[in-house]
Amino acid sequence: MIEDLIPKLRKEIIDQLQVEGIVPEEVDPEAPLFGEGGLGLDSIDVLELVVLLDKNYGIKIRASKEAPKIFYSIKSIAEYIQNHQNNKTFS
Amino acid sequence: MDLLITRHMRLQNHCVWLNGAVECLLEARSIDQLFRGIYRYYDIDYPKFLKMDNLCKLAFLSAEILLRSTDIVQKYPGEEVGIILENASSSLEYDQKYMESIRDRKKYFPSPSVFVYTIPNIMVAEIAIRHHVKGEHAVLILEQFDPELIYHYVSELFRNQQVNCCLAGWVESYGDHYQSFLFVVEEEDKIKTFKGRPEYVIFDPVNMKKLFEGKSI
Repeated sequence: MIEDLIPKLRKEIIDQLQVEGIVPEEVDPEAPLFGEGGLGLDSIDVLELVVLLDKNYGIKIRASKEAPKIFYSIKSIAEYIQNHQNNKTFS
Repeated sequence: MDLLITRHMRLQNHCVWLNGAVECLLEARSIDQLFRGIYRYYDIDYPKFLKMDNLCKLAFLSAEILLRSTDIVQKYPGEEVGIILENASSSLEYDQKYMESIRDRKKYFPSPSVFVYTIPNIMVAEIAIRHHVKGEHAVLILEQFDPELIYHYVSELFRNQQVNCCLAGWVESYGDHYQSFLFVVEEEDKIKTFKGRPEYVIFDPVNMKKLFEGKSI
């Protein structure tokens, strides 16, 4: 369920990216991760997120064109993970 | 062409000196705590600092302390400002951390944010990004601080008109040990108010060594 996935993912991202001074519960899952109003992440952080998805969810991001859409927000990452898991279940 | 050290700082033993005077002395139980303490003490707002490795944190803080409340670097075009640093341990601490992260081939998840710090020049890059420096830069790995080498390298940059201002010094961090000595070199005839500014020091190896050791000129 995406409702369960979002809090888990939120904590994993804050921990993995060492985002200081931010409580995971306070991060709006729909807020953009990059740019103004976001967590102020940079290009290295994107790579770190790619590693996180591989390490924790077994998902390999290969098409870079997809990245901006997938990594737009915590919610969009959660949706991508869920879609990936659903496809895996039904394939 | 006479070159001058127009500003200098040191950071070691939990203490910060600027132009020979103590700026602050902080209590801390670890290097990480100390660097964060200095960051807060100087009221710096640069969130990326918190993600840096200790070597970059030390270089970044040293440059902040050295250049704060001055226009030393900004008065030159970025292309005319260089950064030449020395250290002994290169980026060894993060080299080892990265090696550890890729040791197990079954759990092979190299961290990009660790990998970026496996080159010592990244500390120069962090300073350059923050202060818009675009000139020649280098990190020289040596067993100990070598003022002669810095003197010849930096003097040559000025002689060849590659720089009109240069940040130089020693930034070393490994384990519990850290030490930085950073200074600004400028040409005398480009500085209007040399007389009456005791912090200005002739740029030569003897003076550099004295400043590095905390001795007065």
